[in-house]
Amino acid sequence: MPARSGRRGLHPGAWWLWAACLAGAASRTTNPILLLLIGSVAAFVVAARRTSAPWSRSLAVFLRLGLAVIVLRVVLVVVFGNRLPGHVLFTLPHVPLPSWAEGVSVGGPVTAEAVLQAVVQGLRLAVVLLCFGAANSLASPYRLLRCLPAVLYEAGVAITVALAFAPELVVAIGEVRAARRLRGRPVRGFAGLRGMAVPVLESGFDRSLQLAASMDARGYGRRVPVSAGARRWASGGTAVGLLLVVGGVYGVLVAGSLPGGGIPFVALGAVLVGVGLAAGGRRTQRTRHRPDPWGTPEWLVSASGAVVVGCLVGAGVLGVSGLQFSVYPLSLPTLPPVAAAGILFGLLPAWVAPVERRRTPSVRAGRPGTPDGPDRGRAPAARPTTGPVVVVAPGGRTGDRAA
Amino acid sequence: MIGFADVSFTYDGADRPTLDRVDLTVGEGELCVVVGPTGSGKTTLLRAVNGLVPHFTGGRLSGTVTVDGRSTREYPPRELADVVGMVGQNPAASFVTDSVEDELAYTMENLGLDPSVMRRRVEDTLDLLGLHELRDRPLATLSGGQQQRVAIGAVLTASPRVLVLDEPTSALDPAAAEEVLASLTRLVHDLGLTVLLAEHRLERVLPFADTMVLVRGPGSPLVVGSAADVMVDSPVAPPLVELGRLAAWEPLPLSVRDARRQAGGLRLRLHGARPATRDAPAGAPLASVHSVTVRYDDVTALDAVSLGFGSGEIVAVMGRNGSGKSTLLGQLAGVRRPSSGTVRVDGLDPAGLDPRALVARVGLVPQDAGVLLYGETVADECAGADRDTDLTPGTTAAVLERVLPGLDLDRHPRDLSEGQRLALALAVVLAPAPPLLLLDEPTRGLDYPGKARLVRLLAELAAAGHGVVMATHDVELVAQVATRAVVLAEGEVVGDGPAREVVCHSPVFAPQVAKVLSPDPWLTVDEVRAALSQEPVRG
Repeated sequence: MPARSGRRGLHPGAWWLWAACLAGAASRTTNPILLLLIGSVAAFVVAARRTSAPWSRSLAVFLRLGLAVIVLRVVLVVVFGNRLPGHVLFTLPHVPLPSWAEGVSVGGPVTAEAVLQAVVQGLRLAVVLLCFGAANSLASPYRLLRCLPAVLYEAGVAITVALAFAPELVVAIGEVRAARRLRGRPVRGFAGLRGMAVPVLESGFDRSLQLAASMDARGYGRRVPVSAGARRWASGGTAVGLLLVVGGVYGVLVAGSLPGGGIPFVALGAVLVGVGLAAGGRRTQRTRHRPDPWGTPEWLVSASGAVVVGCLVGAGVLGVSGLQFSVYPLSLPTLPPVAAAGILFGLLPAWVAPVERRRTPSVRAGRPGTPDGPDRGRAPAARPTTGPVVVVAPGGRTGDRAA
Repeated sequence: MIGFADVSFTYDGADRPTLDRVDLTVGEGELCVVVGPTGSGKTTLLRAVNGLVPHFTGGRLSGTVTVDGRSTREYPPRELADVVGMVGQNPAASFVTDSVEDELAYTMENLGLDPSVMRRRVEDTLDLLGLHELRDRPLATLSGGQQQRVAIGAVLTASPRVLVLDEPTSALDPAAAEEVLASLTRLVHDLGLTVLLAEHRLERVLPFADTMVLVRGPGSPLVVGSAADVMVDSPVAPPLVELGRLAAWEPLPLSVRDARRQAGGLRLRLHGARPATRDAPAGAPLASVHSVTVRYDDVTALDAVSLGFGSGEIVAVMGRNGSGKSTLLGQLAGVRRPSSGTVRVDGLDPAGLDPRALVARVGLVPQDAGVLLYGETVADECAGADRDTDLTPGTTAAVLERVLPGLDLDRHPRDLSEGQRLALALAVVLAPAPPLLLLDEPTRGLDYPGKARLVRLLAELAAAGHGVVMATHDVELVAQVATRAVVLAEGEVVGDGPAREVVCHSPVFAPQVAKVLSPDPWLTVDEVRAALSQEPVRG
């Protein structure tokens, strides 16, 4: 294990593992107190360990997305209703629908129970989104890309595009807002939102594609010849393994759908993927300049995530009460102490993750010179006095020209 | 080293080829400059060298492109990465990692080099390009010039035999451009690298060029030759060459030094004559900033700046990359509130105006003009701009026709060249005729005819009472059109006065003509031409 250079942050894979564990934990409970606790843990760690990189503002965007999910869920319940009996808050006029739309109803009585259930279900999805946002804010997408094995070249590029997309989108939103204002177009409200969607998506796609083209031009995915049989085994093993992992994760997220909570599937899949990647790895000739180390902090961060998800899955299996929130009777949720304590373990990264020490530039630079301008997110900064000093005589050429 | 044999290329959906039967050979160790008008296919030509065209763009390529004996037909870009290093127009968009050292190593990692070799080459490249102090810096915090050098370094570490650069100096201030070009020349001389580069600012690259390729657009064959030969009747020529043509110098000077040695006679002929004064009319005040300070985290972008701008003025804001030029324009356009101080446009605070009220008073064309464009086609974009500001339908299209005549209205804004996009954005912003027009680096990607049109347009606007403030590195543009120049350094105003005085007395910002004819204050070839035509005929 190479020594940690000190200026590198945590391995991005560890952040993603930790966040995935929190998301998995959130999907195992409907107790709003536990959900809020998980969300706060994720937000706290982001606040403690994020950098000044452009993507570190992803959390706010995902937070808004989560709120939108809750609102949408409530609106859908109010309009289309799931007709939970209980305390009627108000009654919407019933809209008669033609016979082919049987089973769908519009309007009718809206109960407190139905609204509350919608809020809690929305909250669960929102917290999962928040965990995803936390990973996006904390892990540099570029460093994560470098860790991707170049076995499945096409899949690698697709993953590249997908991973770079969310953070680039966040940058693009800021740019497009500024640009729309300069065009005299609304930036707020529904009209603003509608007008911004297309350019934001377009510029996010553009940037991701440029990234993919640049990776290709710089040799990503070069191959050495290997026998067709070995190639097939490598690809097949990886594909089957990935399928198992996906299925297993589904099992973890949706309790009771698979035996053993899906964990055996994840384990088997992971082994297959590992074997496939190792076999396929012989086809690529990649080496690492300075490998991202996976040391104690990475183990601790991943373990803290594992403790969180383990506590909630364990509590579920043991049938600890209070994990699931019921709207009958309408009452305040209780707090299962074991689960709550387990979730607090997720705070560990806020202390054990190394701070990404960015060397302070010698002269005042550091921040883009035009972050307010509709620039590319990586705007030029003040130019420190590095490089050769240019001596110029009036009327002559600069004196710094190389022979 | 690079060979194009009967290469034609047509983009998907385009009705005519972008490259039409191109034959070109670039020998080993040559520094070859590709010049040509906006949208003539220079970028396509460059991107065909390593196969990004057509492997990444789609479209139909016929003929063969070979690099070091490998045909792009059989080798996709990733298999050519050890031979060709490609640096695009926007270096920031090509970064794959997030710190300088990782970026330098990325290509080598993909090539599977031994870690000890990588360490050594990274060190060598850091030294070669003067990047050693930046090695741990996150890429996002670098200035434009530094980003450009990192992008070059990132492809150099793989020790390619060919380097392809698309407008490597367009975003750089004069001193930074000089640095980058000096590094390139060193590579050509010391390492025998073959360099193919496209550039609009010929005045910067001409002294370094061995050969030159003139791309005249679809339908006309390439003109290839030594720089001096091609310049004799090239439609795109820097002021130096035009001065040489005017004074009938033989051979044509390619560097200021060559020109000064031949200029003795011309200086004598001009003796006693004075350029026509370019006085800024004392117009009505349009906008002002009063002790404005803007801070981003721990960086002060503007430091207690106070300036006033009046109608009829064309103010050039100059200074290094990152000296606060764009921030100043952003303040006038109300993009962001200042940390302290007041900004007034038409007596109002621009940051508090709603978008419609804003565009009626001030128009800003940002550095990356493409961000202003969302339409499906050029015509759509123009119609949208008319609707936004309740103009008579057709107004924007008419402005566009003046800025860049003959632009195909059915094309998608994203398919336009950089220069064409700028023209379209300019038309969109100009259409509501805002009294104050702000331009951020308006000549990026513009060819000389495009620049000449821009100069005429700006002069007309100023004559009609508009105020123009432009942030630019293009000293020749300033020489041609500015009435007043403001120099910023580290967020402070260090110079403010009539353009001729400010520019002529600055070694960095002096245009070519001023350098050749100093100490006399001539700025442009046109001024010299006018003076010569009034010259009494001597026996």
